[in-house]
Amino acid sequence: MKITVTVNGTTYERDVEPRTLLVHFLRDELGLTGTNIGCDTSQCGACTIHMNGLAVKSCTTLAVQADGAEITTIEGLAQNGELHPMQKAFWENHALQCGYCTPGMIMAATKLVENNPNITEEEIRHGLEGNICRCTGYENIVKAVKAAAAEMAGGD
Amino acid sequence: MSRYVGKSMKRVEDPRFIQGKGKYVANIHLPNMAHLAIKRSPYGHARIKSIDTSKAKALPGVIAVYTGQDLIEGGVGKLPCGWNVPDIKVPDRWPLTPDKVRHVGDGVAAVVAETPYIAYDALDLIEVDYEPLPAVVDAKKATEPGAPLVHDNVPNNISYTWALGDKEACDKAFAEADVVVELELVNQRLIPNAMEPRAAVAQWNAATEEMTLWTTSQNPHPIRLLLSAFTLGIPENKLRVISPDVGGGFGSKIFHYPEEIITPWVARAINRPVKWVATRTESMMTDSQGRDHVTHCKLALKKDGTMTGLHVQTWSNQGAYISTFAPLIPTALYITLLSGLYKIPGIWGEMWGTLTNTVPVDAYRGAGRPEASYLLERLVDLAAQELGMDPIEIRRKNFIPANEFPYQTPVAFMYDSGDYHKLFDKAEELADYKKMRQEQEKARKEGRLIGIGVAGCIEASGPAPSAVAGSLGSAVGFWESGKIRIHPSGKVTVFTGSHAHGQGHETTFAQVIADELGVNIEDVEIVHGDTASVPFGMGTYGSRSAAVGGSALVRSAERIRAKMIKIAAHQLEAAEEDMVYDQDSGKIYVKGSPDRAKSFAEISLAAYTAHNLPEGLEPGLEETAFYDPANFTFPNSAHIAQVEVDRETGEVRILRYVAVDDVGKVINPLIVEGQIVGGIAQGVGQALWEHGVYDENGQLLTGSLMDYAMPRADGFPHIEVARTETPSPHNPLGVKGAGEMGTIAATVAIANGVMDALAPLGIKHIDMPLTAEKIWQAIQNATSGNGASGGGD
Ligand code: FES
Ligand code: FES
Repeated sequence: MKITVTVNGTTYERDVEPRTLLVHFLRDELGLTGTNIGCDTSQCGACTIHMNGLAVKSCTTLAVQADGAEITTIEGLAQNGELHPMQKAFWENHALQCGYCTPGMIMAATKLVENNPNITEEEIRHGLEGNICRCTGYENIVKAVKAAAAEMAGGD
Repeated sequence: MSRYVGKSMKRVEDPRFIQGKGKYVANIHLPNMAHLAIKRSPYGHARIKSIDTSKAKALPGVIAVYTGQDLIEGGVGKLPCGWNVPDIKVPDRWPLTPDKVRHVGDGVAAVVAETPYIAYDALDLIEVDYEPLPAVVDAKKATEPGAPLVHDNVPNNISYTWALGDKEACDKAFAEADVVVELELVNQRLIPNAMEPRAAVAQWNAATEEMTLWTTSQNPHPIRLLLSAFTLGIPENKLRVISPDVGGGFGSKIFHYPEEIITPWVARAINRPVKWVATRTESMMTDSQGRDHVTHCKLALKKDGTMTGLHVQTWSNQGAYISTFAPLIPTALYITLLSGLYKIPGIWGEMWGTLTNTVPVDAYRGAGRPEASYLLERLVDLAAQELGMDPIEIRRKNFIPANEFPYQTPVAFMYDSGDYHKLFDKAEELADYKKMRQEQEKARKEGRLIGIGVAGCIEASGPAPSAVAGSLGSAVGFWESGKIRIHPSGKVTVFTGSHAHGQGHETTFAQVIADELGVNIEDVEIVHGDTASVPFGMGTYGSRSAAVGGSALVRSAERIRAKMIKIAAHQLEAAEEDMVYDQDSGKIYVKGSPDRAKSFAEISLAAYTAHNLPEGLEPGLEETAFYDPANFTFPNSAHIAQVEVDRETGEVRILRYVAVDDVGKVINPLIVEGQIVGGIAQGVGQALWEHGVYDENGQLLTGSLMDYAMPRADGFPHIEVARTETPSPHNPLGVKGAGEMGTIAATVAIANGVMDALAPLGIKHIDMPLTAEKIWQAIQNATSGNGASGGGD
């Protein structure tokens, strides 16, 4: 099947097998390997991307469902060489160790804060329930999201 | 004054991870690459009557299909055991099993195809005719007469037994005890679940007969050695193993696995690059798992709370095969830790390592030490209860005093240093322990179930003195390598034999070397994980990187400085003894006249131009050290958890968690705290949620993240962390290791907290995980009048 998708500002036209998962399309077809795969039951959130303004688990989406969509992956989050406040906050607060959950975590957290600029600690924890991190114990992730929320609000 | 060590510096590795530029194995794409998938057993135990691969082979896009027999005929070897305790029986383990499957997930065939999708399609077309056999999954039941044999040549399923301690002193202690407390417990099976599933990519160069293997390993050099000497047969000098960015390990990526044999073997067979990436479900049924002990234990005490004896018997589930370091975990990392923080004269521990129809078990974060801490600290709490003492009071009464270090325990270890009273002073203060107890008193009167869990734990980390490891069964040494290359321009490349998979070595080791040499941290680059550039190294586990790997780097830096001093002295026409190396600036000057000086860059260049070197001194500036530690290090911890159990639902809520750890000197507090908190998360996970469950047929009931409960952000508490610091006396950095303490202490801190909450109901013990369901059931049993004295399951 032919699909047309815009990923990180570039439009791609590709022929895909109908069963191709979006995450495989991004990683194997477009070479955007920043989006990781951590499970096969839609549980871990490592594969989270933005599609048409929503945070989406790309392992649970077919590539054909993305036909006509606007997608942002972790590779497209920084703008003009400037890290996104969420990326900066993850770095500054040591919110990652092995880094494997990080792209998905950052993509999920970004949408969370965009949708709820005055987000509380409890709401952060609840909102990130679908993203598993085995390394950090979440403490610094929560800190980072709070810091990024403050910065994102200030920047408006 | 150090400019970098001791400071919370942001990690230099982070920019690539936060931008999606991590170099994980699964991200490698090579031209003409083929894809491998493994056909796995759906049975816990079954005989393979036949395998028909013809349909799979006929599928367009399939390149080849191999069975276990094909691989054996193609020259692969059996996976070896790297820790041979006396009289161990190590059953055969082939990369793909040719005759019998012994656990769900055991590999029986491999498909290589043009795409991963085709490879998976082909797996469904392989027809395996199985004859299901009765299975055994319980560590202790496996030894009972009539239990099915996992391997025909291992009678009673007992692979090995091991014991340590002073049996006579132990018996005497129990004979003369005023009080004895006892527990029968299960330390449940855990699935490590590093977020990156294992993966391998192999590339064969037919012209040079060289193989390159990228694999998700915590220790690429030992893997290369095992591949070369035992399983794949490609000489070490023709085999390059690279472990680039690895997405977490926690022990599970130490071991030699079948797929890192099959992938290069197939790459050579078809003369194309080959990639294999595990699915999560595959990881859960093939990554070596953790814990799984059945234990009877008892503690003898005097009326005043003095501990006199400890007796422990453990059946340790090894799974279907002996994984690479499996026999180390329940022996020299378990029974040796039974003394905890205490002076206990009579300790005796014995164990049986048994085979079952489950996934192999090996080191998982803490590895033996959480199991030891769990039983000991549970017993101490039971004793406190029995004697009407406060849990901290009874612990303090038995601590090894600070002035008795080094302290020889009755179970082999010589503790290096510590001040356990100081540790608990800090924890009590931070938690406001007295107030916590008052609040608990009040809450109990209101009918609320509030508990305070205390844990004081010891860890042996920084493995290990090689000769000691050898005497205990190790097939390898446990030193570490470190190499420093100063370039002519004064820039520095550092090669470490340890490996980072989340620990942040690129930052901490740069801090160490920048301070050692007096250069800017931006000028120091850390390289690890590639056997082509790094000298043979043992890798990372057992919280060893700073203590052993860091020490090797300090030694190399000392040699670099010594050589630079020689060159500077010669050029400044001064005596070597009169030279001062300023570690703040890298400047080398003549004592008393700081103007007669050479800069770091000047000497670096001079070493390479070699126009004016002292006679007999070789050009170049590169030094390597191999550091073999004199002893383990012994981090220790005081953790206090305040929990509340919901009487109606049995649910546990953690109200506060206070962790005070002594991990010796700290290079980067931010990273150390990250390690401690991350470790605590895994400990809490074991206490409350995680459990790898098999049914009696060996079926893994928790084979996906839908069934296996991992700690998530929601419901996970804020952790309060603090430190005390008694430097390790026997390594140059004074560090002890921070990777596992959190896990070791948190499991039992939470368990003790929950049991303390339930104490008013007369419930003495419930096996982990302390799920709402189990607790609810125990509350029902306790309050319905029957079994008021007993607990849970
Ligand atoms: S990979 Fe998508 S949720 Fe785990
Ligand atoms: S940083 Fe390793 S899984 Fe989150």
